[in-house]
Amino acid sequence: MAAEDLYREVILDHYKNPRGHGVIEDADATAEGVNPLCGDEVSIFVQFGEDGETIDDVKFSGRGCAISQASTSMLMEMVKGKKAGEIAGLPKEELLEEVGIPLTPIRLKCALLGLGVLKVALHRAKGTPLPEEWAGLDELELT
Amino acid sequence: MAVKAQSRLDAQRLRADFPIFEQLIHGKPLAYLDSAVTSQKPRQVLDAMRAFYETSNANVHRGVYALSERATAEFEQARQAVAAFVNAPSTPEIIFTRQATEALNLVAYAWGLNNLGPGDLVVVTELEHHSNFVPWQYMAKRTGAGFRMIHVNDEGELDLTDLDDIAREGNVKVVANNLVSNALGTINPIEKLADWAHAQGAIMVVDAAQAAPHHPIDVQALGCDFLAFSAHKMCGPTGVGALWGRRELLEAMEPFNLGGHMIRKVRFEETTWGDLPHKFEAGTSPIAEAVGLGAAIEYLNEIGIEAIEAYEQELAGVALERLAEIPGVKLYGPPVERRAGIVSFNVEGIHPHDVAQVLDSEGVAIRAGHHCCQPLMTRLGVAATNRASFYLYSIPEEIDRLVEGVHKARKILG
Repeated sequence: MAAEDLYREVILDHYKNPRGHGVIEDADATAEGVNPLCGDEVSIFVQFGEDGETIDDVKFSGRGCAISQASTSMLMEMVKGKKAGEIAGLPKEELLEEVGIPLTPIRLKCALLGLGVLKVALHRAKGTPLPEEWAGLDELELT
Repeated sequence: MAVKAQSRLDAQRLRADFPIFEQLIHGKPLAYLDSAVTSQKPRQVLDAMRAFYETSNANVHRGVYALSERATAEFEQARQAVAAFVNAPSTPEIIFTRQATEALNLVAYAWGLNNLGPGDLVVVTELEHHSNFVPWQYMAKRTGAGFRMIHVNDEGELDLTDLDDIAREGNVKVVANNLVSNALGTINPIEKLADWAHAQGAIMVVDAAQAAPHHPIDVQALGCDFLAFSAHKMCGPTGVGALWGRRELLEAMEPFNLGGHMIRKVRFEETTWGDLPHKFEAGTSPIAEAVGLGAAIEYLNEIGIEAIEAYEQELAGVALERLAEIPGVKLYGPPVERRAGIVSFNVEGIHPHDVAQVLDSEGVAIRAGHHCCQPLMTRLGVAATNRASFYLYSIPEEIDRLVEGVHKARKILG
């Protein structure tokens, strides 16, 4: 695969100008995760609206490769305004479609780190179901 | 850097021994700059293993028939080759394991479990690969012993000024260090550490996984008590490694793995252990792999370990110079004369995974990550580095392609 196919403009745009980058003090839900394979780190902060369900604001911080940071940035745009339950059920394919580049298994982990961390944050705060693939992340890779 | 004419190896010619280079990767010749994690395999090693399976395959030590005797002879010849390779005082001191990791676990469990306790100290270094760090950290915790770390300076070399302070904190029982750092290429002063360890009444455990492929090893000159390495980093197959241990220590130790072959007598009431090396080789050994390791040692000896080391150092020197010219590149590790053929670097503002991905698209394979050295990455203040590593088949053109690839990564992602 040519590098230009992977690092498409939209990926580079999100990487260089990440949306929702920052920290929410006193967030309603938060979690932090690392990808032990490459040291990507992502922390996610969620603030719910008055109904206690709708994601009013969501931010992420961390450091990592272009794929992990860009896909988390895209994720921030996707989930804002949605309900916690909806996001808990969000299939990873939907995010990957948005990312829109072919990924090898090892880079897939980079691309999905943010989504996993977000699902764990919602699970901790709201008790939303945590599919088995993310449950492992909760035990092993999240601090 | 000048290399002695008589020791110079012909990488271009040696490259023809390695079938892996006969293919294109992403339409380009393979520039394999990741030999520190595993080396490529020459035809001589592959042929030796194939010949073993085709003409001598049988289980070792147990059969009375001709084929089993032949298999046993080949397996034991490989052990002799390993013993000579590390200058072991005697051949039964060589234990075949799955790899260096298993060899180090063997020592941690079979020696550590029965010799460590509260008041004792286990000392590792900040340069350790997790394989010589985690087993000791675990064993210290399990036995109630303390765990200490010798730190590195900014150039990634061990700072030995704290040794006296460490010795005052408890009974130092184990000192564990790699001969060559896999992350930075630092060549460590094992002789000095072994002297210090013995003055404390401690054992010196050496991880030689990164040294064995290209640095002469002499366990008697090093003065260590245990030394471990893997075949797969030195032109041999995966699945086999070796532990050398001082005979009196190995004899006094409890076994590690239990089962077939490692016994003398099994009764319902009690089982007694076999002699060295069998006591530590339960179950069927990686026989063909050991034969492959023997062939790899023969291959390396023919080229000359010193010649390999000198050639790699020359390549590392060129790579360090060329990379240093690129704006935003930060290099890690000691000066080239004190390092093996490993170059660790970062490109400002670009994650190593992205650098490695761009390089991959150019057919250049490097490693990007923490190199199983998270404590060292913490010390360097980074999550990961890029690492290019060289071996006897590496050629200068590959450094050109590495440098071009880094420029391309900067263009795309910078």
